[in-house]
Amino acid sequence: MDCVSAIRELIVRTASTLPEDALAALQKARDAEEEGSSARMILETLLENAALAASSRTPMCQDTGTLTFFVPEDLRKVATREVICRAVAEATAQGALRRNTIDSVTGVSYDTNTAPGAPVIHFTDEPGRTISLIMKGGGSENMSAQFSLPDSSIAAGRDLEGCRLAILTAVQRAQGYGCAPGILGVAIGGDRATGYETAKLQLLRDLADESPDPALAALEKRVLAEANSLGIGPMGLGGKTTLLGVKIAAAPRVPASFFVTCAYLCWAARRGTISL
Amino acid sequence: MTTLSYPFTESAVRALKAGEAVSIDGTVWTGRDRFHKHFADGGEIPVDFRDGALFHCGPVVVQDRSGAWRVVAAGPTTSVRENPYEPEFIAKSGVRLVIGKGGMDSRTLEACRKYGAVYLQAVGGAAALTARCVKSVPEVHFLKEWGAAEACWRFEMEDFRCVVAMDSHGTNLFAAVAESSAAQLKKLL
Repeated sequence: MDCVSAIRELIVRTASTLPEDALAALQKARDAEEEGSSARMILETLLENAALAASSRTPMCQDTGTLTFFVPEDLRKVATREVICRAVAEATAQGALRRNTIDSVTGVSYDTNTAPGAPVIHFTDEPGRTISLIMKGGGSENMSAQFSLPDSSIAAGRDLEGCRLAILTAVQRAQGYGCAPGILGVAIGGDRATGYETAKLQLLRDLADESPDPALAALEKRVLAEANSLGIGPMGLGGKTTLLGVKIAAAPRVPASFFVTCAYLCWAARRGTISL
Repeated sequence: MTTLSYPFTESAVRALKAGEAVSIDGTVWTGRDRFHKHFADGGEIPVDFRDGALFHCGPVVVQDRSGAWRVVAAGPTTSVRENPYEPEFIAKSGVRLVIGKGGMDSRTLEACRKYGAVYLQAVGGAAALTARCVKSVPEVHFLKEWGAAEACWRFEMEDFRCVVAMDSHGTNLFAAVAESSAAQLKKLL
């Protein structure tokens, strides 16, 4: 398979197939809800939709989102921006992606989904021959939030306890708008830009893993349990599962800044990889 | 489950209660951010919404060789962004069903009560399933101006399932969840 076809296949597969860990988490969430409840009905619909999308290779969600590619160093000369853009345009033409790229000044649609800066491509320093892709919908992106600590409105100081308060506040404010149950990627520290970058990178992690830092691993576990006690539930109509996972990382900061950044990902956790 | 067929009458809509599941048959028009802004700016809406349905949705559509449109993926977008415009749209257009996700504000709830409309929650992201309910796409407006995701598409639908989240009697399911989750958050802070 040539490189354009391989990346196009990665796009089609990522748009239509939920990763195993997300699928298992949704099944577990469904089993926890009572028969006949709206929460259970919604989760059953999501699972039915996921099965249909995978078998028909059509997008599971109409918002095929912002495409972010991670290209390792060894593939830099193969999976170039030009090659990736061609794959994106082909996937769009065949209906695997929505025409989802709008010029912010003129309001005109880039019908190929390619433009300066779109898709987002990170050429990393990592070795290897595996390209990763994450597709993140706008509804969930709108629910991402950044706090600058101390924040007196939520009594959050500059420590892990303050971080916990900020994260829970973000979850409560998001309600079901970002298509709950979601997954939260969190960055503690960084600047405003690297905060979001680090937070989004956490969304690539498997739901079963935990932070190698014991303090952050404990915070991940505690915030997940507390967020689920909020009762927001699937699509915000109430229920036991509000989040499927919380993934936290830290980034260095300057003394003057202390950001807590939460990247919200909807249940349609579309991440995929392909090895060339 | 209650089946609602286009045209959606005021009496059928006023009979609905929050929490009830419904199945929709017939004509549904999509309209989202650009559509509402256009309406608020006094632009012409070339669609008769009287006793009709408005779906906050930006679908994935493909055109076959004969020129016919086919919906590949269609699910609701977040409705709160249309809060500033929806009460006036309900008042002026005579729309009966507003379909989206996440619910809308108290002004929209009041418009539902006053004019006999409901807000329906479709399952967010369940786009492959919803696409199967779209049997044909006979018409589209503003495609060139706004692009496919923002255009005003006419869907002929069958058995499109939703939950009544805001009824015409002043009940909003989302408001109850927002309140109880805020109370629980206070305990955790």
